[in-house]
Amino acid sequence: MLHLLIAIPILAAIAILLGLCARKTALLATALNLALTLVLVFQYDRQPGAEQYQHVSSFLLAPEWGLSFHLGVDGLSLLMLLLTALVAFAAIWVAPQPEKLERYPSLYYACLMFIVAGATGAFASLDLFFFYAFHELALIPTFLLIGIWGSGDRLVAAWKITIYLALGSFVLLIGLLALYLSLPEAARTFDIVKLQEMAMSGGIPQTPQTPWIYLCILLGFGILISLFPFHTWAPSAYASAPAPAAMLHAGVLKKFGLYGLLRVALPLMPQAAHHWTNLLLFLLAGNILYVGLATIAQKRLDTMLGYSSVMHMGYIFLGIAAFNPLGLTGAALLMFAHGLSIAALFALAGAVRERTGSLEFAKHGGLAKPMPFLGFTFGLAAFASIGLPGFGNFAAELPIFFGAFGHAGVGLAFTNTQIATIVALWGVVISAVYMLRGYRAAFLGETDKRWTSLPDLCSCTRPAILLLLAVLLFAGFRPQYFVNLVTPTIKAVLAVPAK
Amino acid sequence: MNFLQNPLFLDLAVLALGLLLLLLEAFDDEREKSFLGWIAIGGIGLVFVLSFFVDPQIYLGVNQFFKSDSLAIFYKRLALGTTLLVLIMALEFRPILSRYIPAAGKNAGLGEFFALPVFTCLGLMWMASAADFVMIFVSLELVTISFYVLISYMRRSAASLEAGVKYLILAALSTGFFVYGITWIFGVTHQTNLYYIGVSLKDLAPANETALLFGMALVLVGLGFKIASAPFQMWVPDVYQGAPTPITAFLSVGSKAAGFVVLYRVLEVFLNVPATAGKLALVLTGLAFLTLIIGNLAAMPQTNFKRLLAYSSIAHAGYLLVALASWKSGNTPITLSYYLAGYFLMTILAFLITIVVNKATGGDDIAHFNGLGQRAPFLAFGMTVAMLSLAGMPFTAGFLGKFLVFSDAVESGQWLLVGTGVLTVAAGFYYYLKVVRAMYWNVAKNTAAIPASALTKATVGVLVGLILLVGVYPQPVLNMFR
Repeated sequence: MLHLLIAIPILAAIAILLGLCARKTALLATALNLALTLVLVFQYDRQPGAEQYQHVSSFLLAPEWGLSFHLGVDGLSLLMLLLTALVAFAAIWVAPQPEKLERYPSLYYACLMFIVAGATGAFASLDLFFFYAFHELALIPTFLLIGIWGSGDRLVAAWKITIYLALGSFVLLIGLLALYLSLPEAARTFDIVKLQEMAMSGGIPQTPQTPWIYLCILLGFGILISLFPFHTWAPSAYASAPAPAAMLHAGVLKKFGLYGLLRVALPLMPQAAHHWTNLLLFLLAGNILYVGLATIAQKRLDTMLGYSSVMHMGYIFLGIAAFNPLGLTGAALLMFAHGLSIAALFALAGAVRERTGSLEFAKHGGLAKPMPFLGFTFGLAAFASIGLPGFGNFAAELPIFFGAFGHAGVGLAFTNTQIATIVALWGVVISAVYMLRGYRAAFLGETDKRWTSLPDLCSCTRPAILLLLAVLLFAGFRPQYFVNLVTPTIKAVLAVPAK
Repeated sequence: MNFLQNPLFLDLAVLALGLLLLLLEAFDDEREKSFLGWIAIGGIGLVFVLSFFVDPQIYLGVNQFFKSDSLAIFYKRLALGTTLLVLIMALEFRPILSRYIPAAGKNAGLGEFFALPVFTCLGLMWMASAADFVMIFVSLELVTISFYVLISYMRRSAASLEAGVKYLILAALSTGFFVYGITWIFGVTHQTNLYYIGVSLKDLAPANETALLFGMALVLVGLGFKIASAPFQMWVPDVYQGAPTPITAFLSVGSKAAGFVVLYRVLEVFLNVPATAGKLALVLTGLAFLTLIIGNLAAMPQTNFKRLLAYSSIAHAGYLLVALASWKSGNTPITLSYYLAGYFLMTILAFLITIVVNKATGGDDIAHFNGLGQRAPFLAFGMTVAMLSLAGMPFTAGFLGKFLVFSDAVESGQWLLVGTGVLTVAAGFYYYLKVVRAMYWNVAKNTAAIPASALTKATVGVLVGLILLVGVYPQPVLNMFR
């Protein structure tokens, strides 16, 4: 089943390159993937005492290195797979018709399918090697998508994201290699399940190097997640990328790093994670305050969205830094909810650019009048992104704040985590400021004469946006459904003895 | 023992093939010369297949000067495979070649272009087996001398002649260093055989240590030239750019692989002796560091594709030196061989496509690749795979090679080299993707489709398949060392 999930997008990409009708094939493949993922989510056994990893299959590739093609899912990876399938389906849906693309129409769709395959493979892998490799699979399609079909300063943006992410991946690779080599020689393996078992039984040796290995992995993942101060690749890349690419990258691929922290870094080296908590708190405060203020200063809708997606990573890091059930659950939920909301925002911003040819606030204003549906749904997605109750983002941010603030110290003094939480709470105000300002500048006020006859979002693309918003609302009103899904994973992460 | 199972048979068969080609070329003047190419391809291919039936043996011959262990056989296969593909490229390259050769008839002067690579191949195979400094020297010279001719083969091209002269002078100089180094080592140990040198090093008088290290340093200079390591890399860009493209590929893959196996065999002796190991490892670390930095940084501003590949070849020598600097007896030969096998596949693929593009566009600047994605989608795809593999993208052979190198380096705590390596890999993504950018982002003025022969297309397909297969399923390559 999981093999199929990875194989479908790859086969679809190859078929598209060989000349099959691009849009139909891609839509069919992503729809199939969404259906399969839903089946997996419904089938997942949530009973206490059930196996954490289900649908496990393994194929030994190189016995000497302990390397195998090992797939399997637990609640957390299912949540991420669901996010991937939803965003992929919506992204293909809002992608332009192949006839409208000037160059390489089939390559455009093939690139998108490769990104989907990379993300799916990374979330379904239980082997460090393939977990890493699948993520890299998405790098070059992103490069091509921004470079060939991007807008604005696409050359700079494409180079920046590609080199930054390549560098981040190699830092990560060094960290993973060091982790692998720090194991006793007989026990060396890339198998995440075995590694987790070893961590539970204290089989992963704690040496003076362990914190440095963790730091290497944290920075590697951090670069991929746009952790402050390694975030500069993100806003420009998302601003230049075609809408479907931005949706997939900001919505799904960036979550790979966070998923990696939860899946690999925290459970295998909890002690080292505590060692660097203060550093992480400092950096995430940078994400929320520094990047937040930079977001307010943006004069274009696309760069504002890019910066905002960087800023919101700060909350997820806060949940991870909290390192307790509430915080981690909130982080997992926010990964899901943020992915959906930012994907919807980028899709709508892309539609605006397609119609007006620009995303500068100065040129817009009053766009909601000619395009009521677009204005309304953009508003909903913006509210979700701010964290208004009723949407998944709120349901996720609340436990993060509670979890992080729960780190009470001795006496009346605040702990660093609590201070970071107070700082982070201001982030909510900051998000409200820039989102509402941005919304007002683009959609409210006087309508310029040029824009009075703009067509609204075509009724054939509306369902894609509505799908994303509906799931966001579902997550807002019934967060328990997803909490139940990830709780076993979070418990397993926290069960590893830290001492 | 069955004759076919004797490892010496491989070398003899290649020698016979070379002589046969020369005879045919001399006595059959009427025929189109490409039939020589086909005979050479067939013969080399046959020997390659037969190499899977020989029994590896540790030593052969009097005084243990000839090694035929599984490592030697692996490098012989690499040499055979390289030669096979170089010959295929030579067939494709023929029209460009005859443009630069003054000739009475259309066939004149082309025959040796197919015969000489076979002799080079023999030299490379010999290098893989050589276990005695005299043998190493003789086989090295066989390779170098045949390259003198091949590099300056395009007689009317000033660039080719310049490349030939540069190679001639610098190779002769480096050979001088090499021989001088051997004499110093001989002076200390009274041996030229690597095995006996190792034996006599066990009770080395401390007074002789300096002399030995001096000799070893000179040998490193000589071999550093062959593998294109900094600071002996000066000749590489000009020679690579000027030489006929198939020969550039031959230099960059065959000569480098054989150079590394010789370097491995020599270092093995000296790194197992504590007296010399520490200082030698330091020197290797320095060489690796310099080579990584120079190769990668100088590659970034290049606009000519063959020059880019020249610097890329230096950069890859850097990664291979990292593996040598992180010496670990059991691991190092496997890392080196795996890396070189991947390097062989992707570099040959890149050069093969360059030849096709050069024939259609008249040059090998990166700008000549503009719009290749539209003009020849399959070739552009093949080139993309080659570039990504060279850059070290997962699911390709290049990634697993880098993975092994970095794994060795992390394990032996070479943090300077690891840090440098991470930065240079990121730099690599920039200059390799420049080619991808040209093929897909940029638009060509001429959008006519680029034709490629069926043989070339099939070869590209096979190489792409192998790069991806070896990148995901490494076991078949690893099994060759059992």
